[in-house]
Amino acid sequence: MRSGKIEKIWNILGSVPDPEIPVISVVELGVIRNVEYIENEYIISVTPTYSGCPAVKTFQDDIKTQLKKNDIDNFKIDIVYKPAWTTDWMTKETKQKLKKYGIAPPEKIIECPQCNSKKIELISEFGATACKSMHKCTECLEPFEHFKCI
Amino acid sequence: MQDLEKYILRIADSSLILSHRLSEWCSKGPSLEEDIALSNISLDLLGQANSLLEYCGKINGTKTADDLAFKRGEREFFNFQICEQENGHFGDTIARQFLFDSFTLLFFKKLSESKDEILSAIALKSIKEINYHLRHSSNWVLRLGDGTATSKEKIQNSFNKIWKYTGEFFEMDQLDLKMLDLKIGVNNNQLKKEWDIIVNDTLKKAKLNRPEDGFMMTGSKNGIHTELLGKILSEMQYIPRAYPDAKW
Repeated sequence: MRSGKIEKIWNILGSVPDPEIPVISVVELGVIRNVEYIENEYIISVTPTYSGCPAVKTFQDDIKTQLKKNDIDNFKIDIVYKPAWTTDWMTKETKQKLKKYGIAPPEKIIECPQCNSKKIELISEFGATACKSMHKCTECLEPFEHFKCI
Repeated sequence: MQDLEKYILRIADSSLILSHRLSEWCSKGPSLEEDIALSNISLDLLGQANSLLEYCGKINGTKTADDLAFKRGEREFFNFQICEQENGHFGDTIARQFLFDSFTLLFFKKLSESKDEILSAIALKSIKEINYHLRHSSNWVLRLGDGTATSKEKIQNSFNKIWKYTGEFFEMDQLDLKMLDLKIGVNNNQLKKEWDIIVNDTLKKAKLNRPEDGFMMTGSKNGIHTELLGKILSEMQYIPRAYPDAKW
């Protein structure tokens, strides 16, 4: 059971958008691993998506700003590496949000987020951010990004 | 310097220096997709180096990751010499990357079993990324090797030229043996067999010849480098050295 205080922190974190994909929050992305209250301080455990993801620094700053806005100053952000972040932590709802935003969610079988066709081609293994690859739908011909499964 | 510190620096420096090399491709890639791919790989390597250098700084107690990256000279860097070799043409970069990726994948897999929990966690994280890098570099070895007569000739030459830098992957010195004994480090020598299988298999599929294991370069474990490292550092460290402790 989460206490009311801890629940409040989770709610605040739930309002911090992913800097690159603003339709999902950092909680939905799965990078917030734990929130604890130890000796008058909230310990927020955060795990990076990709080692070099530049958004990691940004969302840490965003978390700090958002907590301070809510008058919470007694917190510390801890970076944890284990277990390594995986797209398996994303819920169905989160994947739906990605799809609606035009990004094919991290699933083994990739579907075009525009027309749902499974007839797709890989354009590039690397997209605009480390977490995405580039594809093209051969039916509706729209190019789109896919959130890679890791 | 503590033994563990030096051991971590060796791993971190290879990622850092190769990351810098790959970043030189940014805006100069042969196609937009490859420009982005090489920059992304560079970024992953930089992230891995950062995690390792931060850990190293913690053990040291007085240095930050930035201090370690920007305030050491050539002789204090322990990256494999292969990492500092020039990008050359795209095939040269791919040959270097493929040999490095196939080695580091095996290395990090073993390191993930380390008794040192932080090293093990960083390794586990890195494996996911390196798997992807290896897929990218092996695909290009296949396309270039089994491509046109020109691409085949070019990448065969790339492998021939870079081969002498692969010997360092499997060296073990006193420090490595000590770390292995403590169940912290990896037995690099034992990785050779599996590495040979990956490399031989890919080269065969790409219709390329594996170069002979002849003279091998050595020295990076003791900070001995080719002249190229100095040039990298003079660019990489210029701002922090010219404006010490500048913040932005």
